[in-house]
Amino acid sequence: MLASLAFWAFSGVAILSALMVVIARNPVRSVLFLILAFISAAGLFVLLGAEFLAMLLIVVYVGAVAVLFLFVVMMLDVDFAELKQGFLSYLPLGGLIAIVLAIELAMIGMSWQSAPQAEALRAAAMPEGMTNVEALGTVIYDQYVYFFQIAGLVLLVAMIGAIVLTLRHKEGVKRQSVTAQVGRDRKTAVEMLDIKPGQGIGE
Amino acid sequence: MSEFVSQFGPLWGTLAVIGQILAFMIVLLISLAFLLLMDRKVWAAVQMRKGPNVVGAFGLLQSFADFFKFVFKEIVVPAGADRSLYLLAPLITLILAFITWAVVPVAPGWVIADLNVGILYLFAMSSLGVYGIIIGGWASNSKYPFLGALRSAAQMVSYEVSIGFIIVTVLLFAGSMRLSDIVDIQAGGFWNWNLLAFHAFPLPMFLVMVPMAVMFFISALAETNRPPFDLPEAESELVAGYQVEYSSTPYLLFMVGEYLNIVLMCAMTTILFFGGWHAPFPDGFVNDWPYLASHAWHFFWFAAKVVFFFFMFAMVKALVPRYRYDQLMRLGWKIFLPTSLVAVALVGAAVVYGPQG
Repeated sequence: MLASLAFWAFSGVAILSALMVVIARNPVRSVLFLILAFISAAGLFVLLGAEFLAMLLIVVYVGAVAVLFLFVVMMLDVDFAELKQGFLSYLPLGGLIAIVLAIELAMIGMSWQSAPQAEALRAAAMPEGMTNVEALGTVIYDQYVYFFQIAGLVLLVAMIGAIVLTLRHKEGVKRQSVTAQVGRDRKTAVEMLDIKPGQGIGE
Repeated sequence: MSEFVSQFGPLWGTLAVIGQILAFMIVLLISLAFLLLMDRKVWAAVQMRKGPNVVGAFGLLQSFADFFKFVFKEIVVPAGADRSLYLLAPLITLILAFITWAVVPVAPGWVIADLNVGILYLFAMSSLGVYGIIIGGWASNSKYPFLGALRSAAQMVSYEVSIGFIIVTVLLFAGSMRLSDIVDIQAGGFWNWNLLAFHAFPLPMFLVMVPMAVMFFISALAETNRPPFDLPEAESELVAGYQVEYSSTPYLLFMVGEYLNIVLMCAMTTILFFGGWHAPFPDGFVNDWPYLASHAWHFFWFAAKVVFFFFMFAMVKALVPRYRYDQLMRLGWKIFLPTSLVAVALVGAAVVYGPQG
């Protein structure tokens, strides 16, 4: 009873906040509603017994990715009135795409048939005698370790590519060299000069 | 927590859980009042002042006087502010700071929710803490708060990464994410604490874990925006950063939330590296004591360690000058991140190929 109540609460909040992401006027509020949707999804994961995934969703998406979203959106100087003007002219096209998508989803939903073996192959969120974390660990790091490593390599290549594409070495930018600063001593930092009166340092 | 429900039935069980939570919160808030006073007394002593000494004997009631002063003042919302978000931000900070404490075990079995992903929960909730600051800074619709919010977002995301890896080193030793399991492997004297890690004997893991403990402490300073990393509220550059526009109760909520997070970081340092509720010598003999006596013994050691680390936080604030922003980023990304990654690899190798593996 309590679990189904929690399910309806979490899924309702998730859907409502996802809707608000689209219709909120202020982009910062949109991102905040997106965060609410993430947190509700994490709650749904907890109800499924996948508490590790729930926590990861919060750590990765809410704690890091959405912070960067918010960071970018807050710095944008968006004219909200101008944004709203295009809304009506795009409405017919957008509505058409939405209707096509809804029909496609309905067609899939009605003709869905799960394979007879699928029920048996499905991994339980909480296998007997194992915690959630251990179960996920055996799947990722034991059974499918090579695929997991390859996925990691793909991400690494993407990261290096992004850095290479955007890295610019500007000329004439002063950079701090910590070792040079710390390594300064009396000999390199102080110069003793013997200045005659009325002549200045010269040169 | 659920054992209450199964023991007393749905109604009284739920009430028992709520009572437990309320008791925990009240104890936490009252200790916080005196820790705040201790904080101020420590700075005062370092600067050869007396500190607050007027309200109550030795100024003991100073925090309560401050509380009433904040509560009875008018709440001022700036004209250009986003009113609802402006008032939501301090609430987010305070609520997140409170719910994080739900998984902290203060003595054997004395914990509100002993989750099996407890440490991950702590990490997730403390990573959410940045939202209170960002939203507060943005909703104030003012320059200095906004700059403070941007600084804090970048700073907290950066140091979370290294905190995550440092936590992983501890997790690998414990083989569990449950906080009470992490405390349990550190039983039997200070040499078994994760700081020295002689439970991995004969491997000299203290060579890895002592630097990890130091880095965790420094990252905790950065994560809670404490000096020397208090750039989001640097008073010489940003007036008071994200808190500039806040006054009265909303400011109080921000401050209480911030201090709760600081004490939480002290508690995390204690649990992860300094044996949690265990005494620094073999204390198995207390298991024969009556329930209350043995738990009071464990609670005493936990509280003593937390207060010690709080003292260290206060001393750092009193002694160390503020970092520059680029130095802060350099320390987080170029020094802490690679070092903690190497430490994860070393500890992982020790656990898999070591004598226990």
